Amino acid sequence: MTIITAPLKTPQAKRSLPGWLRTVSLLRESPVGMIGAFLVLFWCFVAIFAPWIAPFNPNANLYEIGVNTPPTWLNWLGTDDQARDLLSRIIYGSRLVLTIAPLATLCAYIVGCTIGLLAGYYRGWVDSVLMQVCNIILSFPVLVLYVIIMMKFGPSAINIIVAVTFIASPQVARLVRSQTLELREREYVAAAKMRGEPAWYIMLVEILPNARGPLIVDACLRTGYTAITIGILGFLGVGLRPPDPDWGGMINAHYGFMLGGQVHMALAPAIALSSLVVGFSFLADGLREISLRD
Amino acid sequence: MASPPPAGTPVLELDNARISYFTRAGEINVVPSISFKLQQGEAIGLVGESGCGKSTVAFSIMKYLGGAGRLTGGRILFEGRDMGSMSDSELRRIRGRRLAMVYQDPMSSLNPVIPVGRQLMEVPMIHQNASEADARKRALQMLAEVRLPDPESIFDRYPHQISGGQQQRVVIAMALMAEPSLLVMDEPTTGLDVTVEAAVLDLVRDLRRKHNSAIVFISHNLGTVVRVCDRIGVMYAGELVEEGPITSVFRDPRHPYTRGLLECIPVLGTDKHSSPLVPIPGQVPPALHRPKGCIFVTRCKFADQERCTQGRIATVGMPDDATHRVQCVRAQELAQWERPHGGIAQAAQARDAEEVLSVVNLRKFYDTSTSIFSGAESYQIKALNEISMSARRGMTLAIVGESGCGKSTFAKVLTGLEKATEGRVAVDGLDIGMISVEKRTQGVKGKLQMVFQNPESTLNPSHSVGFAIERSLRRLKSMKGGAMRDRARKLMEIVKLPGDFVGRKPRQLSGGQKQRVAIARALAGDPDIIVADEPVSALDVSVQAAIINLLMELQSQQQATLIFISHDLSVVRYLADRVAVMYLGRIVEFGTVEEIFEPPYHPYTEALLSAVPIADPDRQQKRILLEGAMPSPRDIPVGCPFATRCPRKIGSICDTTPPPEQTTNTGHRILCHIPMAQLREVEPILSSAAE
Repeated sequence: MTIITAPLKTPQAKRSLPGWLRTVSLLRESPVGMIGAFLVLFWCFVAIFAPWIAPFNPNANLYEIGVNTPPTWLNWLGTDDQARDLLSRIIYGSRLVLTIAPLATLCAYIVGCTIGLLAGYYRGWVDSVLMQVCNIILSFPVLVLYVIIMMKFGPSAINIIVAVTFIASPQVARLVRSQTLELREREYVAAAKMRGEPAWYIMLVEILPNARGPLIVDACLRTGYTAITIGILGFLGVGLRPPDPDWGGMINAHYGFMLGGQVHMALAPAIALSSLVVGFSFLADGLREISLRD
Repeated sequence: MASPPPAGTPVLELDNARISYFTRAGEINVVPSISFKLQQGEAIGLVGESGCGKSTVAFSIMKYLGGAGRLTGGRILFEGRDMGSMSDSELRRIRGRRLAMVYQDPMSSLNPVIPVGRQLMEVPMIHQNASEADARKRALQMLAEVRLPDPESIFDRYPHQISGGQQQRVVIAMALMAEPSLLVMDEPTTGLDVTVEAAVLDLVRDLRRKHNSAIVFISHNLGTVVRVCDRIGVMYAGELVEEGPITSVFRDPRHPYTRGLLECIPVLGTDKHSSPLVPIPGQVPPALHRPKGCIFVTRCKFADQERCTQGRIATVGMPDDATHRVQCVRAQELAQWERPHGGIAQAAQARDAEEVLSVVNLRKFYDTSTSIFSGAESYQIKALNEISMSARRGMTLAIVGESGCGKSTFAKVLTGLEKATEGRVAVDGLDIGMISVEKRTQGVKGKLQMVFQNPESTLNPSHSVGFAIERSLRRLKSMKGGAMRDRARKLMEIVKLPGDFVGRKPRQLSGGQKQRVAIARALAGDPDIIVADEPVSALDVSVQAAIINLLMELQSQQQATLIFISHDLSVVRYLADRVAVMYLGRIVEFGTVEEIFEPPYHPYTEALLSAVPIADPDRQQKRILLEGAMPSPRDIPVGCPFATRCPRKIGSICDTTPPPEQTTNTGHRILCHIPMAQLREVEPILSSAAE
């Protein structure tokens, strides 16, 4: 309908930009997306430059300063129960989250896209088998499943990635499958078949790139959720091994002190975690807005 | 309550209406200024290419432009009252009662969870406080009036349980429930099959006489406007460039754009040998980049740089008919219009060329699989049954029929996207019907290439134009590197695209340009047969003409056989050498284009021909109304497939016995019980009033 499409046309200048630059220039028009991008970029910056930003070694015990000290000019967020500088630990903690969460999401996407593409493209019994397996995994309570996997294999970064891949890939597979089912009927797919392209080529080159809109939005959101998951696992004591500065682990170690008036000790890592997650979900919102306009 | 307007007041008057949309990019003035009047009982058709502001005008009449659109100048008067000054509650009272709208897609106008009768009853109950029993009576009456069979049973059905044509009739019934004085119809028949379209158009015309409603009828199809309206308004880039009585505008269009529109559509009865199509070059200028002066100047072949670029062009009435108004400085200078004559040079007709395609007794049945979960009974769909045809090198074989007749399935079997159930499909003597596309050799794939219907989905939005063409060359011709790039450039030149388009993505192309890329892609394999499945039906008429011309030119250059699948008989008449008319998976008539369009006709062909809207008010067309809808392919009649709707049914033999195939010595085949001699005596559908 002309009435909807005509006024929404983006000006010619923006159309000729390469894809990613166009996305950036469009994102600037979405305030929510900009806030999200700012938060995520802020934490990326902190993670990359942690050694220069952090005032102390995150694992150094500053016994000369003391344990559980309140915030001072030297230790902005005070020290923890082992006399380590809390701010430095939070700064270094961002490195862990921002490595593990995207990596785990990426692995979940690799597995999920493979399953989803195969199921959606071949349909029939391939689809039935793959989707039934996915449904079985999806039918477990997620948190229980995480705890079982982490208890079984032991707490470590690799195992977190494995667990996230196992639990999230069926969800990704469902999304990719639904996109594939729709895109496989497009005429350019028929044209590809008619010039003799192999199935893998059609799936990876003709179908997958056109599903990228919803997938990027979902990946962004999912990275945020994975960050929460890492936090929860840390809080439950099955996440990363101490003394790694894990935000979830910090909240767990410190919340007992909240009763003693040291509210900031648990609050600071919690705020760090939630600002990152909010950042990812705002960014996802902004990206969704863009993808709808295209 | 407002008193009735004084007699003689126009039902609708647009007085220099200026309509804009407001976006983040600022104001976009879609309609700079439009003025026209509509008297009681009059019908005006608004035509023009897409993006000309037709729908915007319709929505602004309803004052229903949404959040972004606004009337930024002038007035829209309804029954003499300025709609701009009406309050929301006044507007609500008028809409649906004095003013009603029918949209293009009937399914989106009907609520899917309420039975249609109930939805009709709401109109008098809300607007006239009618009692339930009274509303029900009137709803039933109205359903009968829009000629729906068995109104009682339709009344209780949900929208998805009735066919598309029936849905549109229900929507029209709903619009007429309150006897509005103005009815706005936005492309009401665009999604419908041609026989259904004809019935709906006749209905609109009859109802209009009966209810004396004024109608604003928006369409991109000039033929439909001729059927329904008595005046026509031609819109271009938001302006009304020509307006007047149908007969005077069609006999002697004074605006170059109107002439362009008429010259680029084939009129049933014309063909490529006698009157060529002349496409309008260029595109409608975007609202932000309108030329100064005449808006059409960039595409006009009569443009006079002196006078045409000097500022706004006034609209003037023609001396012999003041109601015929034209916005052109040269309106009175142009010579009397004539349909272009003189055919294009045609390569020697290849009657004795080698046979490239031969299809014998092709069948394609789908077995619906019974899933262990659904427990539904399995049944068989006979998508194609006993299809036999042949095509020689360099000719155009057209396949026509309404949706669901199996023409697209045929294309899929031919190209290997589906496998035949039975029968022989031979291309250059090689039987490929049972070989799916994955199993065909690259050579066979290259020989048979396809051009698809939808320009929006024919090209992968992630890949550039160059990639699409080069990839085909690499796969089908094993070309590489510089040779491949050179060939891709050459192909783009052949389809008349600038060479610097190689780096463009599909979203940077117009619909016609995308279709050109698709044609270049199909040509990459040096095909013997090009299957074109409705290649122009999604395009604007001006672009349509250019693509049709391109296809014809390529075909004679490359000596490829074109299998042209279409529902548009005018295009088929124009382009084809041989025609197969399909109905419910069968070929009911097969012959040369002259044989198909002259008696003897198969009764279905006859009905199809009578239904085609013709953009020429002087042409007489016999009307045959087909009752009912095409039966479901699940239960095809045992006898003649067309027996359920045939106006020439001769008796029970049609229902019980499959009809024989009658063949003349020229190869003209008709599948009918009526003897050929008798069919020969049927009077032709088309005749020109002038003759």
